[in-house]
Amino acid sequence: MINQSFSRREFVRLLTGGTAAVLISFNTACKNKISRWRYLQEEEIGLLDAIVEQIIPTDDFPGGKWANVSNYIDKQLDTYYINHQVEYRDGLAAFEKTVIQLKSKKFEELPFPEQTAILEKMEGGDFPGEYWKAHSPAGFFDMIRQHSMQGFYGSPVHGGNREYISYHMLGLDYPNVIGQNRYNDLSWRKYNPNSIENGK
Amino acid sequence: MANKHVNAVVIGAGAGGGVVAKELATAGLSVLLIERGRWHTFDEHGDDELTSQRTFPLKCGYGPDNEHNWRMASDGKGGWIKVFPNDWAYGNNAACVGSGTVSYGAMAWRFQPADFHLKTKYGAVPGSTLDDWPLTYDELEPFYEKAEYELGVSGDPTNDPFVPPRKNPYPMPAFSFNSEGIILEKAAKRLGLHPFPIPMLRNSVPYNGRPACIRMRTCVGFACPVNAKAGTQNTVIPVALKTGNCELRINCMVSEIIVDDKGKARGIKYFDADNKLQEQTSDLVVVSASASETARLLLNSKSSLFPKGAGNNNGWVGRNIQDHAYTGAYGLFADKLYDDVGPGACIAVNDFNHRMPDIIGGGVLCNEFIRMPYQFSSIRPSGSRMWGKDHKDFQKLNFKRHIAVHGPVQEMPVFDKMVEVDPVVKDFWGIPVVRISGFRHDNDIKVGRLLADKAEEWLKEAGAVQTWKSVPGKGSTPSQHQSGTCRMGNDPKTSVTNRYGQLHEIDNIFVADGSLHVNNGGYNPALTILALGYWVGGHIAEMWKGTHMK
Repeated sequence: MINQSFSRREFVRLLTGGTAAVLISFNTACKNKISRWRYLQEEEIGLLDAIVEQIIPTDDFPGGKWANVSNYIDKQLDTYYINHQVEYRDGLAAFEKTVIQLKSKKFEELPFPEQTAILEKMEGGDFPGEYWKAHSPAGFFDMIRQHSMQGFYGSPVHGGNREYISYHMLGLDYPNVIGQNRYNDLSWRKYNPNSIENGK
Repeated sequence: MANKHVNAVVIGAGAGGGVVAKELATAGLSVLLIERGRWHTFDEHGDDELTSQRTFPLKCGYGPDNEHNWRMASDGKGGWIKVFPNDWAYGNNAACVGSGTVSYGAMAWRFQPADFHLKTKYGAVPGSTLDDWPLTYDELEPFYEKAEYELGVSGDPTNDPFVPPRKNPYPMPAFSFNSEGIILEKAAKRLGLHPFPIPMLRNSVPYNGRPACIRMRTCVGFACPVNAKAGTQNTVIPVALKTGNCELRINCMVSEIIVDDKGKARGIKYFDADNKLQEQTSDLVVVSASASETARLLLNSKSSLFPKGAGNNNGWVGRNIQDHAYTGAYGLFADKLYDDVGPGACIAVNDFNHRMPDIIGGGVLCNEFIRMPYQFSSIRPSGSRMWGKDHKDFQKLNFKRHIAVHGPVQEMPVFDKMVEVDPVVKDFWGIPVVRISGFRHDNDIKVGRLLADKAEEWLKEAGAVQTWKSVPGKGSTPSQHQSGTCRMGNDPKTSVTNRYGQLHEIDNIFVADGSLHVNNGGYNPALTILALGYWVGGHIAEMWKGTHMK
C-alpha cells in the first residue's frame, strides 16, 4: 500500500528524471492520493460505475460499466469538461452522504432494483437536497445521464464505448471503413462476451 | 512590415466569401481572403460524433473553438448568460476554410419565386418586417445555375411540379433513394403528394475532378473523406488561389473595418495567427462572416460618421435575424429499414411550400439525415424514460426501425429578434461579443404545427406503428441557417444594403452571405448564399472595371 500522506514531491523524487516528467503531467489532477484515474478518485469511480451501470444496464450486451463510461467521464473531466470537476466532486459526495442517510449503506452495496428506485426519485426531484451546494440532485443526475450516453455511444477515442460495443449492439458496422461498409448487417450476430473479439 | 495593399479584402471563407473571392480574383482584382478558422480534413476528425458539427457535446470540430470565442445569450428573463460555441444557445456556424460547406448536409435548394415577393403575395404581416426582395427569382436564376454548375449539384426535378423554373437541367443525375426513401416515396404518392429526390451539392458521378459520393453514414456534420461533397474549400477557393491574385490568410480574426472621416472604408484591422494586431488596407471590403458575425463586425466598426457602426445609422444592422423553425415527426416501424446508405436524407415534397390555403409561407418536408447513435439516444416520444432498461431496449429495437421526416419552416422576420454587440463582454482578443435575443413570430409556430401534422400523416401512411411530433417553440438561436441581419432593399430607411449587397451608406463595403436575405425561404439556404455570392461578386467586378471604386 502506498501511504496516503505521501507527498507529491516525494513521489516524484523517487522516479528518474525522464519518467518523472511524464508522470507529473499524468497526475496533475491528483493532489493528495495516487490514483490510476486522471481526476476522479478510486472510490468516486466505484460509485460512478454503479450509477452508469444503472443508466445503461447490462443485458445481453454489456452495460455502462463494462464499456468504460466512467473512464470516459474521468477523461473529459481532465480535458473538455474541466469546468464540471467541482460539480462531480461535490455531487458524488452529496449523493453518497444522502444515500447512506436514507439506507445506511453505500449506493454501490444496495441491490440493483433499490438503486434504480433511488435514481428514479432523484431524477423526479423527490430527493433530499441538504448536502447539495450549487446544483440540484435532479440536475446532477441529468448531467451524468447525458455524459453516460456520450461515453457509451461516442467514439472510443474519448475513452468509452469499449471496442465499439454500442455499435455492435445497434448492428452498425465498425470501424467505419471509408466506402467499404456496405456489405453486411452485423445485427444478426449474437454478442458473445467470451469471444476473443470481445476482449476476453 | 506593413501588409501589401490589395484591391479587395473578403472577410470569411465560407459559402458567400469563397465565391466572391473567386469572382474578384478571376476578374483581375488583387484579393485577400481572410478567415478566422483554418483548413480541415476528414482524417483529422474521422467519424467522431462527439466532436462533429451536428452533435457537439465536446467541441465543434470545424470551429469556432471554446478557448477564444463566446457570446451572450438571453436567459429569457431579462438577463444574459455566457455561452460557448458548443452550447446550443450560442447559435454556432462553422469557422474554417469553407465554413459550413465543409460539414453541411449539402442540400442544394433554390428558393421559390414567391419567396422573393412574400409581401406582395401575402400582404403585410402584423408583428413582422416581412418585405419583398429587391431582386426577383428570375434575376437570380442564372446565378443559381452558376453555383450549381461550378460547385456541382445532383438532382432531377422531373417529378416535382412545384420546382422553381430552371433554364437548364442539373449538371449531374439525382441520387437514388435509400430504403426509407423508397418506403416514403410510395406513401407520398398514395397521399397525392409529389415526392422527388433532394438536390444535393454532392457528386452522384465524378464531376469537376472530384469523385462520386460513397454514401457514408457520417456525412452531415463531417468533412467528406473523398471530396464528393462540394464546398467552397474544394471548388471556388482553389480556383481563386490558382489565379495568383488571391491570398488566403487563415487563423486571422478581423476586429474592425477602418472607415475614414469621409465615410469610406480604408481596410481592416485584424489579429493574426500570433494574436498580433495588424492592419490591411484595401480599396473595398466584402463582409461574409455569417449573419451574426457580419453584423457584429459592422457594429464594432465605429467611426465619426457612423457612431453606431458601419452602415448602421438607421439602426437596422443586426435586426431581423432568422433561422428556420424546424418541425416534423418520427415514426417507428415493425420491420428493419435501415440500410446504412448515407447520408440518409434523399426524398422531399414541395407540396407544403406556399400551397396550403390561408397559410403564410410553409416549408419543404424531407426525410432526415442518418441519426447517429448518440444523437438517437435523445430521440424519444415525450414522457419516455431516458435511461435504464427502457433506454437500452428502445435503442436496440428502434435504431434500425425508425424514420424522421422534418422540414425548415420559413420564419417571419421580427425586428426585435436581433444580434447586438454586448456593451461589456469581450472575446479572447478584446473584441465586443455577439449577443442574441428575441422570439419567433406566432406564424412560425402555427405553420410548424401544421407541417408536423403533415409529416406525421406521411409516416403513418408509410406504415409507422407509432409516431410522435416535434414542433418549434417561440425561443430560437439562429445557427447554421442564420440570416437576415443586413437585409438588402431599395429603401435605405428599411434595409442595410442595396440590391447588390453594397451598403447604402458606405459604397465600398459589401455584404455577401445570408445576412442579405430579406427572408430565409422554406429551404436550407446554402445554394441561395452561393448564388448571392456570384450576384454580388459579379456586380463588384463590373463596377471595378469602370471606376476602380475610387
